[in-house]
Amino acid sequence: MNFLSIFVIIPLITLLALYAARNRKQINLIAATGATLLLILSGILTYLYLHERAMGNDSLMLFRADILWYAPFNIYYSVGVDGVSVAMLILTSIIMFTGVFASWRIDPLPKEFFLWFFLLSSGVYGFFITIDLFSMFMFYEIALIPMYLLIGIWGTGRKEYSAMKLTLMLMGGSALLLVSILGIYYFSGGDTMNLLEIAQRHIPVEVQRYLFPLTFMGFGVLGALFPFHTWSPDGHASAPTAVSMLHAGVLMKLGGYGAFRVAIYLMPEAAHEQAWIFLILTGISVIYGAFSAVVQTDLKYINAYSSVSHCGLVLFAILMMNETAMTGAVMQMLSHGLMTALFFALIGMIYGRTHTRLITEMGGLMKIMPFLGVSYVIAGLASLGLPGLSGFVAEMTIFVGAFQESDTLHRILTIVAVTSIVITAVYILRVVGKILYGKVQNPQHETLSDATWWERISVVTLIIAIVALGSLPLWISDMIQNSIMPIVGKLMAAL
Amino acid sequence: MEYTLYILILPLLSFVVLGLMDTKWKPVVAGTVGTAILTIVAALSYYTAWEYFSTANLNGTYQKIIAFNTVWVQFNEHLHIDMGILLDPISVMMLVVISTVSLMVHIYSLAYMKGERGFERYYAFLSLFSFAMLGLVVSTNIFQMYMFWEMVGLSSYLLIGFYYTKPEAVAASKKAFIVTRFADLGFLIGILILSYYTKTFDFGILTSCDANVFASFSGVTFMGASALSWAMALIFIGGAGKSAMFPLHIWLPDAMEGPTPVSALIHAATMVVAGVFLVARLFPIYITFTPEVLHGIAYVGAFTSLFAAVIAIVQTDIKRVLAFSTISQIGFMMVALGVSGYGGQAGTGYMASMFHLFTHAMFKALLFLGAGSIIHAVHSNEMTQMGGLKKFLPVTRWTFLIACLAIAGIPPFSGFFSKDEILAATMHFSPGLGVIMTFTAGLTAFYMFRLYYRIFHGKKYQTTNGHTPHESPVAMTLPLVFLGVVTIFAGFIPFGKFVSSDGGYYHIHIDPTIATISVVVALAGIGLATWLYRKENDASAAVARKFNTIYRAAYHRFYIDELYLFITKKIIFKRISSPVAWFDRHIVDGTMNGLASVTQWVSLKIKGFQSGKIQHYAFVILLGTLIIAAIVIFI
Repeated sequence: MNFLSIFVIIPLITLLALYAARNRKQINLIAATGATLLLILSGILTYLYLHERAMGNDSLMLFRADILWYAPFNIYYSVGVDGVSVAMLILTSIIMFTGVFASWRIDPLPKEFFLWFFLLSSGVYGFFITIDLFSMFMFYEIALIPMYLLIGIWGTGRKEYSAMKLTLMLMGGSALLLVSILGIYYFSGGDTMNLLEIAQRHIPVEVQRYLFPLTFMGFGVLGALFPFHTWSPDGHASAPTAVSMLHAGVLMKLGGYGAFRVAIYLMPEAAHEQAWIFLILTGISVIYGAFSAVVQTDLKYINAYSSVSHCGLVLFAILMMNETAMTGAVMQMLSHGLMTALFFALIGMIYGRTHTRLITEMGGLMKIMPFLGVSYVIAGLASLGLPGLSGFVAEMTIFVGAFQESDTLHRILTIVAVTSIVITAVYILRVVGKILYGKVQNPQHETLSDATWWERISVVTLIIAIVALGSLPLWISDMIQNSIMPIVGKLMAAL
Repeated sequence: MEYTLYILILPLLSFVVLGLMDTKWKPVVAGTVGTAILTIVAALSYYTAWEYFSTANLNGTYQKIIAFNTVWVQFNEHLHIDMGILLDPISVMMLVVISTVSLMVHIYSLAYMKGERGFERYYAFLSLFSFAMLGLVVSTNIFQMYMFWEMVGLSSYLLIGFYYTKPEAVAASKKAFIVTRFADLGFLIGILILSYYTKTFDFGILTSCDANVFASFSGVTFMGASALSWAMALIFIGGAGKSAMFPLHIWLPDAMEGPTPVSALIHAATMVVAGVFLVARLFPIYITFTPEVLHGIAYVGAFTSLFAAVIAIVQTDIKRVLAFSTISQIGFMMVALGVSGYGGQAGTGYMASMFHLFTHAMFKALLFLGAGSIIHAVHSNEMTQMGGLKKFLPVTRWTFLIACLAIAGIPPFSGFFSKDEILAATMHFSPGLGVIMTFTAGLTAFYMFRLYYRIFHGKKYQTTNGHTPHESPVAMTLPLVFLGVVTIFAGFIPFGKFVSSDGGYYHIHIDPTIATISVVVALAGIGLATWLYRKENDASAAVARKFNTIYRAAYHRFYIDELYLFITKKIIFKRISSPVAWFDRHIVDGTMNGLASVTQWVSLKIKGFQSGKIQHYAFVILLGTLIIAAIVIFI
């Protein structure tokens, strides 16, 4: 059996074990074990990957395996990873691990919650390891559907409405994807679904012109592309903590990853032709999300709009189509995944205590819960791009990369995107100042407790990851960049 | 000289340890550890300075030494951010300045902050600041500098907001961060432009001013100015933000909400001169390729200097007076750089600017620490609550007086020598500018002595509820005395021997005419202050009445803060963000919801088709047949 498949198998085994579990203690133990195994596995994978590369193995994808699934349509279960997928797998494992600890006291129906949670994760892992278009689509759907139930059942507020909205919009996106995947399949010769093989061929440019926007928008919906981002604020606001973490932290990355791996990689000519349209849209996302976040009063809405802005930057950088910006895009996916998960974890923990997410109803929490307060400040600083934390290196890589494109449109959009660093500072400091500093707003908050041990595990793990990525970025940015080089080479050849 | 790495590692380590330990350690332990580590750092800095200035001089010119360098992140084949340590005269000088003032502040705070909630956190933040500031000055490339620049901004934010339960402190810290962030936006875009054309971040390559490196700039213009001018002007905006140049100065007076030793360290001696340091670091580029930007810097500096001096005259909060005086003095440094030539004796302004940076750091830290000692004694920042304190606080009073004389430019105190060089350079560049700066120097003498008299002289001190002010403990007076001694003698350092625009030997010579004029002007300022404020009298109130309009305008700092509030509250919140958020909820999301509603409406309408009624179906079949028949017949 292929090594990579373990990533999909562990969640499935955990599912079975959960099914047999009888009480909350067992459920938590099983979930934690599964998540820990995944975390260890991603560590091993990173080591093996870097080792292979150091040994001089320079094939595009490592750890390849193909199993025939459905011969008439040439559907294979094909797996393989490059630096970008390894980075995404590390991210997913960290978020899974911390998500489990953040839902230690999930109520009601803990068993069912974790069942769906792990099913979702197997979809995510599958998506990142597979290089077959159809399997990719299938895993994508596996990752989306459980979201509906997770929000609809364990959510808060207008949960049914939000769950429905989120699911419908993302399904709309995947409908576009299905069309484009079939289009790619037929117009690339109709005998393979394998990404690497399709990449060797040439899809006629006239066809690309139709398929590229479909693919890019299809993935863009999940990547919060303006104007298809409105599921995000409502969805995140209603979702339970761990689901918000996983959704903003990992699922939104499927969008960026897919846009990069499928849309741009397979259809470079159309990408070059139409990049300007999407660059404008993503440029709008970046600045528009940031401005929207400035006036929100619900913590989750602030963070959701902030995600629109940061994920906009991911797609923006991908569309720059040079090696620096694309590396930055992947770094930004990692960084945003980690810090937004941290944010949602902390918001969930604060909400669990104060029973409100409105910043107008909180104040002076730093004094009452110093651990959560300090962690929130760190998350905020990462988000506004403080050097030494992950946001800075990702954003700077993007900005430097984007600045290498010297025509007027790219220049203007880059400068517009750069200004987001100021607006981010405005909304982050506004929130921090309102809820953490100042006088205690509500006397009942005086008696609240600080983080518990499981919450601390979750928060500290994320902070360590953020600091590690932010202060020693060289090894991971090299790993990503080396994998992006051949892709950029293909893009350049298409020019 | 790899040991210089420890100058950075030790404070970082101290920050991490103190931060993690937080209240698990007793305050006294945290304070001692922090201070002990900084003592080692200061010793290392002095040793570095000694070794550098005694060995790095090759054929009469100081060499740049890269003591350490490693790639931090690689962007593409040309561009990479390095982390390294660059030793050259200005960075070594800054190491000495920073570690000296920082050490003094560490010692002083042991007593000043005693018993404060969050004492351990305070020392952790001081360590963070020291790390960031030291890292900034030894940066080997502009991006490394930008990184430490941001971290310095963060530690400033954290320390201004140290009393985080106080709304004013929170607002001030936020304002400081956002205003400087806005300026840093300029800095960042400037870096991006510069690096795009030169393909490097490295200071060594950039400041060599090799024509080949800058060749790709040629012919690139934007709105009438060359791309390089834009880049350098934008980079200066970053410097102007940190160094509180008009109109980005608004954050500095509010930053006085932080603990007073912090004001001494960050907002007087070290961080606020980062902008000056930045311009000095890139000076060869400014002077070689973009002299017009450099001259612009001179005019901005001159205006800021005069503007802040006028405001300082009428403020009544002693820390605010000092804050505006800091802005004004940094203006002097900027002017000096702006009017300087390059190389040999032409580099008067450059040398003078660095010299003034050095002396100013010492006497301004002294003034702030003195102010802290006064506040410690009377528990107020307001001049109106003071007066006649000289007999209660002898040490503070004498050291404060020394610093006032130094900043006023009275020989033989250190400020005289550095300011005199600035005035000489400015006169040489443009007599008009020289006159303005001399006038500002006179104002400086006046407002500093107004401050001095209103604190220590004038009316008899009114003791409130039996509380008599008393001199501060030794931990506080010791730094005062130390800095006082430095302030007296620093002027005699042959500064030009160590620091000059091109690394050569600059011979300082005092121009007797300029020296006489500046001393006379300073004495006039002091005389006026003596007449108005030494004894309590009506003259000062009468003068204030006479210039009522300008007095009030200056008191309200020319309403620039209101402008800031207007921009943030009215423009960013009301005019941009709120409409954007509304648009998102109602138009964008409304469209999505609308689509859903339309779908629902249509399905409601057409669900009747599956009614299950036979007659209904028969009717539809008949209608369909008729329509098809009609089509067949008529077409």
